[in-house]
Amino acid sequence: MNGKVFGRSVERLEDADLLQGAARFIDDIRIPGMLEAAFVRSPHAHAAIRGIDKSAALALPGVHRVFVLADLMPHLQIERLVVGLPSKSYKQDHHRPALAGDEVVHVGEPVAIVVADNRYVAEDGAALVEVDYDPLPAVADCRDALGAGAPRVHRHAPHNLLAEFALGYGDVDGAFGGAAHVLRESIWQHRGGSHSIECRGAVAVHDAMEDRLTLWSSTQMPHAAQRLLCDMLGRDENRVRVITPDVGGGFGPKLVFYPEDVVTALAALLVGRPLKWIEDRREHFVATTQERDQYWEAEIAVDGNARILGIRGNLIHDHGAYTARGVNLPHNSAETLPLQYEVPAYRMNVRVALTNKVPVTPVRGAGHPQGTFVIERLLDRVARELKLDRAEVRRRNLIHADKMPYTTQLKARGGMPIILDSGDYPKCQHQALAHAGWETFGARQQAARAHGRYLGIGLANYCKGTGRGPFEAVTVRIGPSGKVHVYSGAAAMGQSTRTMLAQIVAEQLGGKMENVTVTTGDTAAISMGMGGSNSRQTVIAGSSAHAAALKVRAKALKIASQMLDVAESDLEIEGDRIQATGMREKSASFGEIARTVAGTAGYALPAGVTPGLEATEHLVIDDMAHANGTAVVEVEVDAETGAVGIVKFIALHDCGRIINPMLVDGQILGGTAHGIGNALFEWMGYDDNAQPVTTNLGEYLLVTATEMPHIEILHHESPTPLNPLGVKGIGECGVIPVAAAIISAIEDALMPFGVHLAQAPISPAQIVALIEAARERMQGTPTK
Amino acid sequence: MKPPPFRYHDPQTIAEVVGLLRSCDNAKLLAGGQSLMPMLNMRFVLPDDVIDLNRVEGLAYIRETDGALEVGAMTRQRDLEFAQLVRARCPLMHEALLQVGHRQTRNRGTLGGSLCQLDPSAELVAVATALDATVIVVGARGAREFDFAAFPAAYMTPALEPDELLSGVRFALWPRGHGHAFVEFARRHGDFAMVSAAVLLEEDRAGTITRASVTVGGLGPAPVRVREVERAIVGNAASETLFRDACESCRTLDAVGDVHAPASYRQHLAAVLSRRALAQAHARAAGAGQ
Amino acid sequence: MSETRNIALTVNGTRYEREVEVRMTLADFLRQQLGLTGTHLGCEQGVCGACTILFDDYSARSCLMLAVQANGHQVTTVEGLASGPGHLHPLQQAFRDNHGLQCGFCTPGILTTLVEFLREHPAPTEGEVRVALSGNLCRCTGYQGIVAAALDAAKRLQADVESR
Repeated sequence: MNGKVFGRSVERLEDADLLQGAARFIDDIRIPGMLEAAFVRSPHAHAAIRGIDKSAALALPGVHRVFVLADLMPHLQIERLVVGLPSKSYKQDHHRPALAGDEVVHVGEPVAIVVADNRYVAEDGAALVEVDYDPLPAVADCRDALGAGAPRVHRHAPHNLLAEFALGYGDVDGAFGGAAHVLRESIWQHRGGSHSIECRGAVAVHDAMEDRLTLWSSTQMPHAAQRLLCDMLGRDENRVRVITPDVGGGFGPKLVFYPEDVVTALAALLVGRPLKWIEDRREHFVATTQERDQYWEAEIAVDGNARILGIRGNLIHDHGAYTARGVNLPHNSAETLPLQYEVPAYRMNVRVALTNKVPVTPVRGAGHPQGTFVIERLLDRVARELKLDRAEVRRRNLIHADKMPYTTQLKARGGMPIILDSGDYPKCQHQALAHAGWETFGARQQAARAHGRYLGIGLANYCKGTGRGPFEAVTVRIGPSGKVHVYSGAAAMGQSTRTMLAQIVAEQLGGKMENVTVTTGDTAAISMGMGGSNSRQTVIAGSSAHAAALKVRAKALKIASQMLDVAESDLEIEGDRIQATGMREKSASFGEIARTVAGTAGYALPAGVTPGLEATEHLVIDDMAHANGTAVVEVEVDAETGAVGIVKFIALHDCGRIINPMLVDGQILGGTAHGIGNALFEWMGYDDNAQPVTTNLGEYLLVTATEMPHIEILHHESPTPLNPLGVKGIGECGVIPVAAAIISAIEDALMPFGVHLAQAPISPAQIVALIEAARERMQGTPTK
Repeated sequence: MKPPPFRYHDPQTIAEVVGLLRSCDNAKLLAGGQSLMPMLNMRFVLPDDVIDLNRVEGLAYIRETDGALEVGAMTRQRDLEFAQLVRARCPLMHEALLQVGHRQTRNRGTLGGSLCQLDPSAELVAVATALDATVIVVGARGAREFDFAAFPAAYMTPALEPDELLSGVRFALWPRGHGHAFVEFARRHGDFAMVSAAVLLEEDRAGTITRASVTVGGLGPAPVRVREVERAIVGNAASETLFRDACESCRTLDAVGDVHAPASYRQHLAAVLSRRALAQAHARAAGAGQ
Repeated sequence: MSETRNIALTVNGTRYEREVEVRMTLADFLRQQLGLTGTHLGCEQGVCGACTILFDDYSARSCLMLAVQANGHQVTTVEGLASGPGHLHPLQQAFRDNHGLQCGFCTPGILTTLVEFLREHPAPTEGEVRVALSGNLCRCTGYQGIVAAALDAAKRLQADVESR
C-alpha cells in the first residue's frame, strides 16, 4: 500500500534541527534566574542514616538551599513514588521514597538535594553534606537473597521475596512423564543499562502569578509524570504541566518516574527560582533503572521426533531495591518463552528477589530477549542431543501460518488471552536461512577448521506482542493557516515518532509532509497520553492518528463540496488544497476551509457541519499485534584469546505493513546493536557487597562502529488485522533474537572443543576458560 | 561531574614550571588532559593548583640525534603518528600509536602525559620499555637523565621529585631492517590493552636471531621486559616452535586480576600475544630469505 | 567563586571575549556562556565523543579541555558546519539521506569528527570510516547509517571539489 507518503522512506521531520545543533534537549533549556542542583547519593549499598549535617554545605558561597526528606515532608501529600503496575503476585510493597529517610538501600540512592548558583558549586556543596551512615549487611546476588538467613535488603522487611507467580497451562508433569527425551539447562542472563547517550534531566519552573508548575523532563511518559506530581504535591492538573523536550534516547528507563523529578520540581517551588538538574553519567550508572540478572532452571520434554511436549522451570529475577515499574519484566520473560512454538504444556515458577541494587525496570526488549534466549538454548540442546539440524528442530515446532490467528493458552498481564494475530514463522526462518547460506555453511566451517580457524553459525527466532493498549490519544486539526497540526500523548525519544505520525496524517490530508506539524510530549497539548513503551506508538498512536485524519478529511471534503459546489466524490486533496479532480483553478485551500468553520459572528456555518476542523481519537486496541523474525549469525572465534568476531548477520523481521522502510531498518539496526552488546560486551557488575564495579563508559562497554558488523536486513510483511493500518511495532524487536543467535553461533564454532554455553553475556576470558575446562574434561582430568 | 575549584597557571617556560612546582604543595601538571581532565571531572583528584603545560615553549619536538629518536614530552600523539621519521625509523611506535585511544584523544594526548600517567596497559609505556628509553627530567637542580626502566616508581606513579617534570624522552633506534610488532588484545578498538606485546628483533642472514626485545604490558603495575624469552630466542633460528616454547614462560609472569579478567587469563594472553608478536616481527625482519 | 580569567577566542568565525571560571570546561563554556548548545555532554570523561569539537581544525573532546585553554584559539562546533541558514553541509545532508541519526544526541560530535576525517581521507574505505568513528558512541543507529552517510558524504565532497 504505497501512497503519497505512506510506505515511503521520506525524510525525517526531526533531522534538520538535530543536524545543525538547533534541537532542544533538556540540558539546553536555560531560564533567566535558573539555579542548578546536585544530589547527595548513598555510597553504601545498605546503611541506616543516623543524621545529616548540612551546615558546611550551606556555608559555601553560591549554595542556596539543601533539602533532605524531612524538609520536603510538609510539602508532600505522599512521600513515596507509587508507580508499580498492578499484580496479585506482590508479597510486599517497596516504593521509592522521594529522598532516603532513615535507611539507604542501594549505592546511588538520593539522600539530599543541593541547590546552588550552578552545577559546579552544587557539586562542591554536595561534597560538604555530611551524612552519618551506619552500614548494614547488603545483598548482591538475587539467588542468595532468597536463601535462609540472607541479610534483609530493607532492614524492617520480613524477607527479600518481592513477588512470586507461576505462568503456564496444561498438564506439564504429565507431559514430562512419558517423554522420550528430557533435557535441562541452567542459564544465567544479564542485561545492563539503557545508556542513552543523553542522561536524564529535569528543569522545573513555578510561575507564581498563575500558580502553575512546569516540569521539563526527559521522560517517555509525560502524562504519567504529571499525574504523579499532582498526587505527590497535592496540585490539580491545571497547576502542573509536564513537557518532554527532545530526548537523546530512551530505551526504557526514561519511562520511569524518578525521585529526582519530584524533588527538582518541589525544590523549585520552595526556592522560588527555576531549577535544573542534569544527571551525569556516573549518576546514570547508579540512579537510573537498569536490567540485570535472571537465573533460569529450565527443562524441555520432547518426543522421539523432537516435537515439544512440555517445558517447565524456575526463574529467579533480580528486582533491585525498590519497585520502580512492577513485575512486568519477569512476566514478559516467562510469557515469551513458549510463544511462537507449539508447546502443549508449560509452567514457569517465577520468584522476584529484592537486592541492594538499583531498581530493575525494562530496557529495550523488556524481558523478551531473555525468554527467547532460554527457548532457543533449549532447542539447540535438543538438536545436539538428538543429532538433528538446529533449524530442523525449530521447523518442526514453529506454529504454522495456516493456524493464524492462533489462540495460545497464555494470558497477558491484564488477564486477556494472548492471540497470535498473523505471521508466517516457518517461512521467515526459511528465508533467513536461505539468505545466510545455512545449508552450505558446514563445508565452509570444515575448510576453516583445517586452517585452525573456528567459524560458527547460529540462529534464533522470536515473536513479540507489540502495541500495548489500551489506547493513545491523537488530535488532528487544520488551522486557519492551512497547516495540519497533530497533537499526541505519544512521546518521542529519538525513534522518529513525529515523522511517523506526520506520514500517517499527511497520507489522508494532502501528502505534503512539510505542511504537517506534530506536537508530542506536552500535557498542555492533549489531556490524555500513555507515552512511549512496549513498541506501541506506531501501532496505537498511529492508528488513532489515522482515524482522526480520516475524520478531518471527510469533514474538509464536505465543507469544500459546499464551497466549490462540486460533489465530494469529484474532489481530491492535493498538497494543502482541495480541488475538483484535475482542476486546480476550482479549489479551496485548507486555510480557507478551516476559516469557514472557525465561525464569523452572526453568520451561519456551512449546512450540516459542526464548528472547527479537527478530530480527536483514542482508538482502543487491547490485543497486541505480534511481530516476529529470525536472526542468523556467523561468527569467528579466536580460540586462543576468546575474541568473537561477527562475520555476517542476517536480521529478518516481520512488523506488518511498513510505513517508512528507512525508519524500520533504523530501528532494527539499533536494536541489533543492543543485542550484540548484550551477547558480548555489556555487563553491569557489582561486588559481593553490592558495590557497583562498572560505573563509567570505560568499564561498561558499549559497542562501537568497529565491533558492529554490517547487518543485512530482510523484511516479511504480514499485515495485522488488529488495526486499520496493518502495522506492528518494531522498536524493541531488533534486540530480541540477537544474544540467542550469537551464543548459538559461538557454541557451534567451538563444537570441536565440546564447549557448552548457557549464559549471556560471555566475555573472551570466559570463553578461554570454558575451552580450557572442556579440554580438561576430554583429557579426563578432574575439573573443579 | 564538574572539576573542583583550583588555581590555574599557564607558564611559558620550563623554568616557570619548575618555579611553580616548588611553590605549590598540591599541584597537577596538565598536559594533553586526556587522563587528568576525566579525573578532575570525576573529582578523583583535588589539586589546589593546575599547571598547564600547553603554552610552555620547547617541549614539543621530534628529531633524530646520534642514532636516537628524541621526542619532547608535550609532543601530541597525533604528531608522532604522522611523523615520517617515526614511521620510517621507529615503526614499533607507529604501530602502537594506531592503537592508542581514538583520533580525538590522540589530537590532544601527549607522549609525556601518557608516560607520566603510567597506566599499566598504556601502549606508549610498553613502547618506552621495549625501546630502553631514556627519560629527560628537569627540576630545580637542573636536568637529569635516567633509564625508563626506573621511571615507574609505583602503580601509576613516576619516579619524579615534586619539583620535577618530564621534558623529553630519547628512544634508541634499532638498525634499519629490524623486525617489529606491537600486538594487543583489547575488548574494543581504542580501549586500553588488556594485555599487549611489543617485540623488536634483529636477525642475521642465516635467520638466526641476534638481538631481541620482548615486552609485555597489562599484567602488573608496569610493562615488563621478558628477559627469559629474549634469552631463549637469541642465538637460535627463528621458528614457530621456538617462539611457542619460549613464550610459555610468560604464563608465570606476575599478573593482577580485576573484574574484567582474572590474572590467569592475562598470563595466558601474555603467552599468546608475545608469540604472535614474535612471529610478526620475524616476518618483517630483513634476515633469512631476503 | 573560584578564580576567573578573561579569554578571547574565535568560535565558528565569530570572536568572543568573556570572563570564565578557570575550572569551567570548554564544553560548558560553549553551551552555557555562548549558548551554543549543539555540543552535547554524554559522559564528561572523554569516552562518548558527543562533545567533540574542532580545536584549531582538529577534533577534540571539549569536556576534556578547560575554557581558558581555548584563549587565542579557534573552535568550530556543529553550529558552524553549514555555510549558512537553510543550507546543510554535504555531510549533514548525507546523514539525513542515509538515516545517520535517530535521537541525534551523539550526532554533533560525530559530524565534527567526520569533517576532520574526510578532510584527511577524502576517499575512505568502510573499515577506515569505522575506525574513525570508534571514538564516538551512538546508542540508536548501530552505526550502519552513519557509516553509509560518511561514505556518501565523501563522494559528495569529491564531486564538489571536481565541479569547482
